[in-house]
Amino acid sequence: MGVLSWIRRHLLAFAALAVLALLLVPNVVVAVFSFNDPVGKFNYNWAKFSTDAWAHPCGSPGICESLGLSLRIGVTASLVATVLGTMVALALGRYQFRGRAATNLLIFVPMATPEVVMGSSLLTLFLMLGIPSGALAILIAHIMFCVSFVVVAVKARVATLDPRLEEAAADLGATPAQTFLRVTLPLAAPGIAAGALLAFSLSFDDYIITNFNASPSSITFPMFVWGAAQRGVPVQVNVIGTVVFLAALLFVIAGQVLSNRRQRAV
Amino acid sequence: MAEGAAVVGTGAPVRKPVRRGRWVPYALLAPGLLWLVVFFVVPMITLGSQSLQEGNIDDGYVFTGNVSIYADAVQRYWPHLVRSIGYAATATVLALVLGYPLAYFMAQKAGRWKNILLILVIAPFFTSFLIRTLAWRNILSDDGPVVAFAQSTGFTSLLQAVGLTSNDTLLASKFAVICGLTYNFLPFMILPLYASLERLDPRLVEAAGDLYASPREAFRRVTWPLSLPGVVAGTLLTFIPAAGDFINSRLLGNTETVMIGQVIDSQFLRVLDYPLAAALSFILLTMIVVLVAFYVRKAGTEELV
Repeated sequence: MGVLSWIRRHLLAFAALAVLALLLVPNVVVAVFSFNDPVGKFNYNWAKFSTDAWAHPCGSPGICESLGLSLRIGVTASLVATVLGTMVALALGRYQFRGRAATNLLIFVPMATPEVVMGSSLLTLFLMLGIPSGALAILIAHIMFCVSFVVVAVKARVATLDPRLEEAAADLGATPAQTFLRVTLPLAAPGIAAGALLAFSLSFDDYIITNFNASPSSITFPMFVWGAAQRGVPVQVNVIGTVVFLAALLFVIAGQVLSNRRQRAV
Repeated sequence: MAEGAAVVGTGAPVRKPVRRGRWVPYALLAPGLLWLVVFFVVPMITLGSQSLQEGNIDDGYVFTGNVSIYADAVQRYWPHLVRSIGYAATATVLALVLGYPLAYFMAQKAGRWKNILLILVIAPFFTSFLIRTLAWRNILSDDGPVVAFAQSTGFTSLLQAVGLTSNDTLLASKFAVICGLTYNFLPFMILPLYASLERLDPRLVEAAGDLYASPREAFRRVTWPLSLPGVVAGTLLTFIPAAGDFINSRLLGNTETVMIGQVIDSQFLRVLDYPLAAALSFILLTMIVVLVAFYVRKAGTEELV
């Protein structure tokens, strides 16, 4: 006895950790293979340890240009989507108006539509309007599919706020603009930040919708990876994947620590 | 001032949203909703219109209202449609089975580790979807340790016997595509499950135990029904993107595992048969809407019972 019953008692924890490991294994594999020196053009089997790719992250033609484009589109799309989405979320969370159900539906449906349908339908619109494929078309598409996610993130935060705080500000003589800037916005900030981050990562990672609206001169990072997958993915892709992963992880953990500290201070 | 103090002092939370200028909410909504109408709703109309046009890319298209394109599309591509729904449904069930224990553990047992586990569940997203899917080619590589282990335990023979793979390896098979789909959309299952399990009061499960319910009975009659909203949300968030996905089938599958998304993509961008591609897109959307409506209705009534 002993061991067996101990395992039985912690079965749930083992199952949970096994699933968590399954989720994280590919990230570890990506990092490990960023140190590989593959034989031939495909980086699928471990050959030899090397830091070449880390020393020359832009060593594969086109890779850093595509990364730059993805970063620019990601930042612009998430900024615009965050402004649009936050406004909608504030209207939903703070006001009574006609057409609430229709608004909620319009926010929900894009999240429940397969990407391939959204990408192809946008392509037909752009064809009819004569908007050329390229960075502008990609940007329009990314803002479109990010808005809903920002609304959901910000609305969740706004719903937890006490509307009496805003009333109190108004009673103390604050104008609506002051109330908004000094009470509503700071209180909603964590939700807005979460929405912006989500929008950025959705935009940065999108391949399917982007592919329908891109031109040969607007290759985003996921499109570069997809193209490379057909002829052999350069090791630099693993390097960039690992760097982005670690940067984002650090960012989120720092945010968590910060909010913990603030909560303790209050 | 006195009025304000009275409002603050009423104690009971004021649920009614504040009312300021009547036009303010509409001004807040207008830009975002306009964007969605112009770039989401209108494209659905142009997609429908495109499917009913005839012509070619060089001479342009004219609207002819030829609905037979839909019959043609279904006739030619029904195996891909059925396959996409089948793979997505299988991956959704697998994700539920895998995701539930982790979500339950995070929500009810993890204590102060809760936030760290939550970060680790979303951490995979920090590496691009495509790169992570490609990593499965490393993991399941023909000469790799995973395949060697699967071969020595007879797992590959078993998969081959049930038709999930066509040879003694794991990649380029139904098995790899379904695993890829399950893995890629698993966090979409876990997060809503976690959200509803976190609200579950553990005292309810204890009460079931006190009333002589076995752990299994307590799960079936208390935990599971209370987590149903999370189950419904999670299965939808997994099933819908999985049904339209073609990255997994393209990178981990073979010519026998082509999903409908891949057909739509290549008809639009390589074959340039816009009407057929638009019709297929519309059929996929309709199938998903019908399945989801049916499912939500059924899940909804079960919840009431």
